Amino acid sequence: MSKEQILSSDGVPLEVSLKKAERRNKIRALMLVGPLFLFLLITYVFPIGDMLFRSVDDRMITSKLPNTFAALEQWDGKELPDEEVYEAFYKDFYPLAIAKEAGKLYQRLNYEKSGFSSGLKKTNRKIKKFEKGNYKEQFMATHKIWNKVEYWTALKNTGPNWSYAKYLKGMDLKFDDQRNIVQVAEDRQIHKILWLRTLNVAFWVTVFCFCLAYPISHLLATLPMKYSNLLMICVLLPFWTSLLVRTSSWMVLLQQQGPINDLIVWLGLAANDNRPELMYNVIGTFVAMTQILLPFMVLPLYSVMKTISPSLMRAGKSLGGTPLTAFIKIYFPLTMPGIGAGCLLVFIISIGYYITPALVGGASGSLISNTIAYHMKSSLDWAFASALGTMLLVGVLAIYWVYNKLVGIDNIKLG
Amino acid sequence: MALPNYTPIHYRIWHYTYLVICSLVFFFLIAPLFVILPLSFNAEQYIHFSEKMLALDPDGFSLRWYKDMIWGTKNPWGLATKNSLVIAFFATIGSTILGTVAALGLSSRHMPYKAAFMALLISPMIVPLIISGTAIFFFMAKVGLAATHTGIILSHIILGTPFVVITVTATLSGFDHSVTRAAASLGSNPVNTFMKVTLPLITPGVISGALFAFVTSFDEVIVVLFLAGLENTTIPIQMWVGLREQLSPTILAVATCLIIMSTLILVSAELLRRRSERLRGINR
Repeated sequence: MSKEQILSSDGVPLEVSLKKAERRNKIRALMLVGPLFLFLLITYVFPIGDMLFRSVDDRMITSKLPNTFAALEQWDGKELPDEEVYEAFYKDFYPLAIAKEAGKLYQRLNYEKSGFSSGLKKTNRKIKKFEKGNYKEQFMATHKIWNKVEYWTALKNTGPNWSYAKYLKGMDLKFDDQRNIVQVAEDRQIHKILWLRTLNVAFWVTVFCFCLAYPISHLLATLPMKYSNLLMICVLLPFWTSLLVRTSSWMVLLQQQGPINDLIVWLGLAANDNRPELMYNVIGTFVAMTQILLPFMVLPLYSVMKTISPSLMRAGKSLGGTPLTAFIKIYFPLTMPGIGAGCLLVFIISIGYYITPALVGGASGSLISNTIAYHMKSSLDWAFASALGTMLLVGVLAIYWVYNKLVGIDNIKLG
Repeated sequence: MALPNYTPIHYRIWHYTYLVICSLVFFFLIAPLFVILPLSFNAEQYIHFSEKMLALDPDGFSLRWYKDMIWGTKNPWGLATKNSLVIAFFATIGSTILGTVAALGLSSRHMPYKAAFMALLISPMIVPLIISGTAIFFFMAKVGLAATHTGIILSHIILGTPFVVITVTATLSGFDHSVTRAAASLGSNPVNTFMKVTLPLITPGVISGALFAFVTSFDEVIVVLFLAGLENTTIPIQMWVGLREQLSPTILAVATCLIIMSTLILVSAELLRRRSERLRGINR
């Protein structure tokens, strides 16, 4: 049987004509998405890539001291380097000292090995009076760091253009003199505590939100519309209210002379002159974050519970189940997508939470994002802020990945 | 929820316990907001209830902090309000247009790699704000837009579009495409069809997306904190600065105004949602 070609009205085979129309539609859809896609690509996706790049970029020293690193290539690292290395360093450092551009070097090299900063500063002052020739002796006379092999080793170690030292720092690890990875001293391990605290807060806030949200979502979903709409305001008004307003209301409530402490004193749980500290610690962070993130748990739970027919529970009971078994075997499994979405949402938001911990958390309640902001705003160690940000981002993406494997990301419902 | 007469006593007890628990949770949700209201009318400089206030003595209350907010010397709220409104206005327009257009493309059944595009377009909402803020700051600093309104507006467009994309695609998912085909068969060109048929039907979704974008911009702290110079200060930044220094009654007055604003936004969002459901023929 020969295949008969169907022609469209203008004589083109229908198949071809259809494909053309299909392609046109595809292009049209792509063109609609195009502007936002390009906008986000340039202003958002590339900058995140830039952040990754900054966290490992370590070309600053090499670019400031090119001759030194070229000369150090030959050095075996056993004894003090030869005159030519000192001369190369003079060639690199002299213009920097004249132009007053050596500041970044102090900081970076001092991070590699402490002592560099004072040594370089002194060298910076003296180098202008150096005489030509015999640089090795002049350097060694200037400061004791130039007599020590360790400092030259440390300098040579900064040679590679890419370094994951910032990531090690984020995990309280560092390179020792032999380039082995070791833990930093016990009393300086601050980041591990921060990561653990962040995870801890995010976990417990998620649990609290879930425990509080489940009953009220159920109530909202089962009440007649006219009552539930009214009660829904209690959920939606905080949801739409500025985060700072809600945080400031918690600051009013939790302060030492605040209503909650008044209540505690009135109930006789604490003496008036010994009011408990509710704010500027982890308690404040927990309470305020739970209340602030509760709507994010209620809304997905509610939207899932709304779709569960009450007759299912009745059927369960009529088949002999107690209300409890009916709930465990029927209702609870059906709410799983809502539970998943709500927990994911709350966990992800709280893991990157900044404002509330910064205001009510104090020192013992601050989280990893506060540290990122500190390095962005105050210490200006942007590379380290980038490294911490990247670690957080990887963590968040991993959570999404696991969630997607377990529940499926499409099951997320927003309000 | 009245219980039938035959309910056994232990179910009754459980039921009422459940209602009490729920009321406590609702109280926990809403009560903190209402603490601010009376305290913002405090006649004294403290932010706890004075004895006169508790006795409901009119002398205990005053509009002093509201006056301070508006006419106080050296107060930043005027500039901050202006900046916040300008930034939020342009950011809303930008994100609404970009987001709606993209949502139209994403909802087309001819769109290739739909899931991947969707994931990318809503990523600013998924990635923790502190990371987005860091990345956006690097970009804006590089192109010289740090400490400018333009830079902040662009950042808020980035953060606001995901909400528009989500609400508009949700609206379009219940959209009856035969009406656009009908318009096309009656000789309307695509642009005309969009303006006359599609847009009026999805308007509620677009506006509620725009509301989300507005609130996102109006309430955003982290990016502005990284980017803003002194002239770009916004209401949230001023509140942030104020709260870090000292909790003053003036901040509570500002907070009260913001609560009133969010009530208005809530009411309009709720009305829009109902209208949208009615238009799409969903009766729940």
